[in-house]
Amino acid sequence: MNINLTLISQAVAFAIFIWFTVKFVWPPLRTAIDNRQKTIAEGLAAGERGKLDLELASRRSAEVLRETKDKSAEVLAQAERRALQIIEDAKAAARVEADKVVVSAKAEIAQEAERAKQVLRERVADLAVAGAEKILRREVNAAAHADMLSALKQEL
Amino acid sequence: MSAAESTLTPTSYISHHLTFLQHPIDTGDFWVLHVDTIAVSMLLGVLAFGFLWWVVRGATSGVPGRRQAFVELTIEFVDDQVKGMFHGDRHSFVAPAALTVFVWVLLMNAMDFLPVDWMAAFYEHVLGLEHFRGVPTADVNTTFALALAVWFLMIFYSIKVKGLGGWIHELFCSPFGSNPLLWPANFLLNVIEYVSKPLSHSLRLYGNMYAGEIIFLLLGLWAATGWAGTIFGAILGAGWAIFHILIVVLQAFIFMMLTVVYLSMAHESH
Repeated sequence: MNINLTLISQAVAFAIFIWFTVKFVWPPLRTAIDNRQKTIAEGLAAGERGKLDLELASRRSAEVLRETKDKSAEVLAQAERRALQIIEDAKAAARVEADKVVVSAKAEIAQEAERAKQVLRERVADLAVAGAEKILRREVNAAAHADMLSALKQEL
Repeated sequence: MSAAESTLTPTSYISHHLTFLQHPIDTGDFWVLHVDTIAVSMLLGVLAFGFLWWVVRGATSGVPGRRQAFVELTIEFVDDQVKGMFHGDRHSFVAPAALTVFVWVLLMNAMDFLPVDWMAAFYEHVLGLEHFRGVPTADVNTTFALALAVWFLMIFYSIKVKGLGGWIHELFCSPFGSNPLLWPANFLLNVIEYVSKPLSHSLRLYGNMYAGEIIFLLLGLWAATGWAGTIFGAILGAGWAIFHILIVVLQAFIFMMLTVVYLSMAHESH
């Protein structure tokens, strides 16, 4: 055990090494480790947030889906109602039209019948006259029976 | 055997191994440098802290490589120890100082793993140095230098944290109390504490490493008794070397822990 100048020299070396470590070795690595810790913490937080977001989004999408379903059902019902109404309207219109057609056809028929009767009437009178003529040609004066004939014509 | 050329006695063998490479600066016993101690400790320090610096300079906060992970492991280990004992801003000084102590002392202790006689032959025949001791911590100058540096830091931080008045107050009023009758007792106890701290701090490390070296030398002496002794000595030497791994790491760890404890105590007021 001999204490000598080596002690001073070693102490100085020690001081220099401590200074070097304090100044150049410790801070950069501390910073790197701290930054990494922060990054990892942020990543974990982001993951957690992502999970939450996903849950919210899925809940929201389910809600939207339900809303859409409701709305489409409503639209469908509305459309059905509207279709029914259109059919009803069409039916009513058709009925009215048909009635109209029937009425006009009836009127026309009646008119036609009237005309036919008229023609028939004319022809019956002619026929009657012709028949009578034939009968009377033999014995009767046409003019003498004209009154009777016209009365008959009126009866028809 | 490195000292085989002269007549070899156990005493000359051991004293040959335990002689420093000395370089006198001036007359007197004090003005001598142990060149071997200084050279080896410097080399180890520059290598270790240069390596740390090299790794740390390229440190990424992303996924670390193996090299960086190794350095981070060391630093985290030291930091964890400091965190448990020191409550304050440890990053500004105490933790890096503890890292310095741990790494440097560990490497200087680890020089003890190199086989004593092979290294003696290497120093003598390759470097041409007759006397060379390769374990800096087996030199009491190194351990005293470290312990005294810590001691001064301890006093510095005591005064810095508590103020000069606070420190002197503590010298006289702690641990027994502030009654003037107790001042001498307090002061005496504190002086003993201040003297014993660096002594126990440095001599524990020195004693362990010196004793380790001596035991290697004594086991080496078996080789003088012939083949059987050589083999026996080699087996015992291997056993001691394996056990010594524990001592080397443990002593470096204890030295670091005591450094942190002393500096923490300096930061706490009583």
